[in-house]
Amino acid sequence: MAEIRKVAVIGAGVMGAGIAAQVANSGAPVVLLDIVPPGAENHDAIAEGAVAKMLKTEPAPFMSKAAAKLVVTGNIEDNLDLLADCDWIVEAVIERLDIKQALYAKIETHRKKGSVVSSNTSTIPLAKLTEGLPESFARDFVITHFFNPPRYMRLLELVTSDRNDPAAVRTLTDFCDYRLGKGVVPCKDRPGFIANRLGVYWLQTAVVTAFDTGLDVEDADALIGKPFGIPRTGVFGLLDLIGLDLMPHINASMAASLPPQDPFHAMNRPAPLIERMIKDGYTGRKGKGGFYRLNREMNKRKEAIDLRSGYYRVQKKAQVEAVKDAGRDLRKLFEHDSAHGRYAWTVMSETLSYAAMLVGDAADEIDPIDEAMRLGYNWKSGPFELLDRIGIDWFVARLEKEGRAVAPILRAAQGKGFYRIENGQRQALTLAGDYRTLHRPEGVLLLADIKLTSKPVLKNGSACVWDIGDGVLCFEFTSMMNSLDADIVLLLNQTIELVKKHYKALVVYNEGSNFSVGANLGLALFAANIAGWNEIQGLVGLGQHAYKSLKYAPFPVVSAPAGMALGGGCEILLHSDAIQAHAETYAGLVEVGVGLIPGWGGCKEMLARWQSLGKIPKGPMPAVSQVFEYISTARVAKSAAEAREMLILRPGDAITMNRYRLLADAKAKALKLAEDYHPPEPPTYVLPGPSGKVALDMAVDSFVQLGKATKHDKVVSGVLAEILTGDGTDPTETLTEDRLSELERLGFMKLIHNPDTLARIEHMLETGKPLRN
Amino acid sequence: MPAYKAPLRDMRYVLFELLGGDDLTSLPGFEDFSRDTLDAVLEEAAKICEEVLQPLNRSGDEEGCAFENGVVRAPRGFKEAYETFREGGWTGIACDPDYGGQGLPAAVNTLVEEMICASNLSFGMYPGLSHGAYVSLHGYGSDELKQTYLPKLVDGTWSGTMCLTEPQCGTDLGLLRTRAVPNGEGSFQITGTKIFISAGEHDLTENIIHLVLARLPDAPKGVKGISLFLVPKFLVKPDGSPGPRNGVACGSIEHKMGIKASATCVMNFDGAQGWLIGEPHKGMQAMFAMMNAERLAVGVQGLGLAEASYQGATAYARERLQGRALSGAKYPDRPADPLIVHPDIRRMLLTQRAYIEGSRALAVWAAKNLDLSKRHPDPAEREKAEDFIAVITPVVKALMTDLGFEATNLGMQVFGGHGYIRENGMEQFVRDARIAQIYEGANGVQALDLVGRKMPAHAGRFLRSVFHPISDHIAAKKTEPALAEFITPLEKAFVRLQQATTFVAQKGMARPDEAGAAASDYLRLFGLTVMAYLWAKMAEDCLPKAEQDAFYRAKVGTARFFMERLLPQTGALLQAITSGAKTTMAFEDAAF
Repeated sequence: MAEIRKVAVIGAGVMGAGIAAQVANSGAPVVLLDIVPPGAENHDAIAEGAVAKMLKTEPAPFMSKAAAKLVVTGNIEDNLDLLADCDWIVEAVIERLDIKQALYAKIETHRKKGSVVSSNTSTIPLAKLTEGLPESFARDFVITHFFNPPRYMRLLELVTSDRNDPAAVRTLTDFCDYRLGKGVVPCKDRPGFIANRLGVYWLQTAVVTAFDTGLDVEDADALIGKPFGIPRTGVFGLLDLIGLDLMPHINASMAASLPPQDPFHAMNRPAPLIERMIKDGYTGRKGKGGFYRLNREMNKRKEAIDLRSGYYRVQKKAQVEAVKDAGRDLRKLFEHDSAHGRYAWTVMSETLSYAAMLVGDAADEIDPIDEAMRLGYNWKSGPFELLDRIGIDWFVARLEKEGRAVAPILRAAQGKGFYRIENGQRQALTLAGDYRTLHRPEGVLLLADIKLTSKPVLKNGSACVWDIGDGVLCFEFTSMMNSLDADIVLLLNQTIELVKKHYKALVVYNEGSNFSVGANLGLALFAANIAGWNEIQGLVGLGQHAYKSLKYAPFPVVSAPAGMALGGGCEILLHSDAIQAHAETYAGLVEVGVGLIPGWGGCKEMLARWQSLGKIPKGPMPAVSQVFEYISTARVAKSAAEAREMLILRPGDAITMNRYRLLADAKAKALKLAEDYHPPEPPTYVLPGPSGKVALDMAVDSFVQLGKATKHDKVVSGVLAEILTGDGTDPTETLTEDRLSELERLGFMKLIHNPDTLARIEHMLETGKPLRN
Repeated sequence: MPAYKAPLRDMRYVLFELLGGDDLTSLPGFEDFSRDTLDAVLEEAAKICEEVLQPLNRSGDEEGCAFENGVVRAPRGFKEAYETFREGGWTGIACDPDYGGQGLPAAVNTLVEEMICASNLSFGMYPGLSHGAYVSLHGYGSDELKQTYLPKLVDGTWSGTMCLTEPQCGTDLGLLRTRAVPNGEGSFQITGTKIFISAGEHDLTENIIHLVLARLPDAPKGVKGISLFLVPKFLVKPDGSPGPRNGVACGSIEHKMGIKASATCVMNFDGAQGWLIGEPHKGMQAMFAMMNAERLAVGVQGLGLAEASYQGATAYARERLQGRALSGAKYPDRPADPLIVHPDIRRMLLTQRAYIEGSRALAVWAAKNLDLSKRHPDPAEREKAEDFIAVITPVVKALMTDLGFEATNLGMQVFGGHGYIRENGMEQFVRDARIAQIYEGANGVQALDLVGRKMPAHAGRFLRSVFHPISDHIAAKKTEPALAEFITPLEKAFVRLQQATTFVAQKGMARPDEAGAAASDYLRLFGLTVMAYLWAKMAEDCLPKAEQDAFYRAKVGTARFFMERLLPQTGALLQAITSGAKTTMAFEDAAF
């Protein structure tokens, strides 16, 4: 088998269905099968129901409606023949060995020779799963352990055996990497593999220690959260997400499969309060609430449970002196003489010690453990990176002082640490005490790596420019939340001049959680509040000019977004020669949410795209209506695929599924374009003029009457309609790009003077939510 | 001693012409006030200030207060004057009619306060402090406390105090130590020492109601653990009359530079019975209720004294003959020309005048917004007024007291050596004005409040209430050639203010020392620019009427002087601000 072209998933529960959706998102056809429900008329009811449900789920498992159409549903009684042309068959049924093995027997008779079969089990060892099955099956069988939700969680744990064909494993790994976008972490065949083995221990330790000390859950989450680069949900918030009822099952399975000397058993103590909560239906967010709940009887009051009394009380703002006092200094946090300091130390020292113990057990090396926690639990740093931050010698000394066990890898790290840079290469400590070089796979290029060994070519307070080799520069936003400001515009202008002289192409890319959330609203609002109109108008003009220069520069520009690309962050995409988007790109012109309109060319570029590429009726109005609808409703594409439907991505633009491969793909695209580059021809516009504006205004009026649009929506939409219809032009006239830029500028300035717009911006800054005034 | 005539013409101009008194009297609750009634109030106030309070100003300063065996006596004549003042209803003009007050607009009250401060600041301290206590109690007290105490505070039979400062803490109230222990009967035992308590003890009223900041036993550390208590000098009997003495006594009075007729007391609370005002640990909140109004009132003290000094200086400059005009004798029939012919004398008088009239317009503008913030029917307008008050309060307090001190100093200078002689009364204004820069939050603290709290709040929304009207005004009037002499300098100053604001906001965000080092200069630049806006409006307003009427002519002339001779300070201020904190902060502590 050289390539995986078609996939089957058996088991249409949350995981199975989600895996099938992600396969479909990659563009591959997928068969989704489940059992025939007893007595059902429609034999495919379960799989069909799963797909239907996924189409309504938020966040959506499918990246586009087209993807959903790639899923063929069926059942395992009538449709096993569908497996015949599948290259990979994923089993994601209930965690019972007998059921799984019975299914494997059926699969074996229908699958094609050399296809890969994998289980998504999270608890049953591979050796057990293949026990008693023919060698032909075992040879093609592996464990592929996805995390929930499969579209969004990047970790895939892969357990193989020495019976597998390395080439087949390679093919599967490549598919999961390139096509499904997963970070594939090879694990040993040990209970819970890596992420859950450590993650469950961490959660369990945090829970029992909080019960022992009677901590408030808000404080516990504030401690075992942000300070360690762990998501804000911390421990109890995460358990609410996972589901409290799941924990006893996972714990029981861990307890049954781990050897008696494993420290997990000491932490696996019954928690009567949690048992009672589960019994009463407090199973977390999917149930009546969990450690946190919204009390609907009290006007949706936010409440948290008191671990001592077991009663709900008003949720408080976590007040943790220890965190405030310690700042970024983790040792200071651990040494803080308070219940909070002691809690942080107990939970994290246990967790990190346990992680250290897993080296040589769940994994042979430290880096897969770090990677698993980063991608599977969204930790910013893995346990060994955390230990490097804390200081290994201090950590070991404190363990010794407390008479606790010190794992061999901790001993090996003493006096040196876990990671180092040697000759420009990242290296990781081994159990033997020496370092091995970490190689990125081919086609993976990370700015983070480039930064380890080079200095920026240009730099100011909000952006950086890096030489990423082969004559390509990379423009990186570095401002807070990658928001756009005057500094970014200035550096962009300098960069354009520099590339003109010495380089072949430019890539706009960064490794923040979001490409860019748009203009820095705080600065804009402050400038507006002090009536700095000239300054604001200047910045609008400067941005327009810089983006236009980018567009017509004598070299190719490729933007490579991942995460949110909103407002000005979307407009830079629209001015690039090509977009290489990560699949999880959320792009849109959202300015109306803060009472503004796109002022950096968003209106004119979207119009140009729809006029030339839109599959819409002829005439000036259809493109205007379409763009008006997107911008006036602040529509955001929920994936790169949706951005393509909106024509933010054009036919020549491409999507990268694996985040790690985005920069390399963008660079390759830029170099390809550079081979024979000609700047684009400026678009011209034929717009409907006043009659078109009247039509758009009437549409808005009807929304206002229906209560779907507000008073200020009408004002903002009116300004937008004026720009998009060409302000007083008529269809016999041809407008230039610069005229549309001018209209954008005028419209923007009109709105930024409006107190209702200022109220929207302020509300967005202070609450993160749009004001509907 | 200089005579004082309340500047009623200018007061009426600001209240009724410049700032449109009509929209004031159309606010809910003010419908019963006509322009005539408000005018009558100003005239009556002028009368009592000129005839009763002002004659006691110098004698009160010379005699001071007397302290003997815990008893404080105000200077001769004060008790009688207070009685006249009280009977005239002046203690309650701005108070809630439900408690016997007259409910006058703050805009009018502010002008009455100016007259009181101009004629006798020390006297004004007694009813002034009562009013502060009234505001806090009115805003946060229980109904029972309000029923018991407010009517007497309003009609002036009792007076009030605000007991904040302690020996170890002034600006930093987080260090406060006075304790309050529940006595199990719903009240508390208050124990501790308070200093600098104005009107803490005196013989003008039959009871004194102290509002005291103290800590409850379970209080959190710092300012979040402070509660406010009401402690009467005499416990009130069920029939409402003063009963037995409470455990509070005056330990001594301070010997001060100025406002000598105002008793500044050390107050010892020894298990005194007190009642909680508002919620436990929320004392600062109740305190801040009166802060905006009080800071405005202190700013007006600077204004009042400047006016008194200006009147003295002008009269002297007209009659004192000394030297000849530089361009040749102006009054050849007299042995010498009067001082008023000399450029430097004119510079001083015009500086006083421009600051005074600018301050008066600013004070009434601020006070009018206090009225709007409470009474405007549209919540958006109320919020706008609140934003304006938030940002303008520190400016009014600090700028107007700084200018008050500068102006009284100039007035003394006009008198030459005679200004230094007590009998002439001019140096008293300087001494009295000096305290206003210090108390009710030192001016440096006001500047920090402006740059540290008010400027960054809601990404600059408070600033909008000042910057937008000015910007809109410039945009609207820029093209009128007749106004260019006013609008051009205003625009220059405004751009400087915008530049300084951006500088302080950006630098200050990264390094608080930058904001701190710029704060005082920034506040002055801010205040002068706001004043320039008011001067531009006044000039525009008066220009068409200037030929026929000397009042308007003088207004335009003063506006020109302000624009050309005073406003250019803003250039130097901007330069100082944008030079940054380095020179200030790099200097070694040991080298001072």
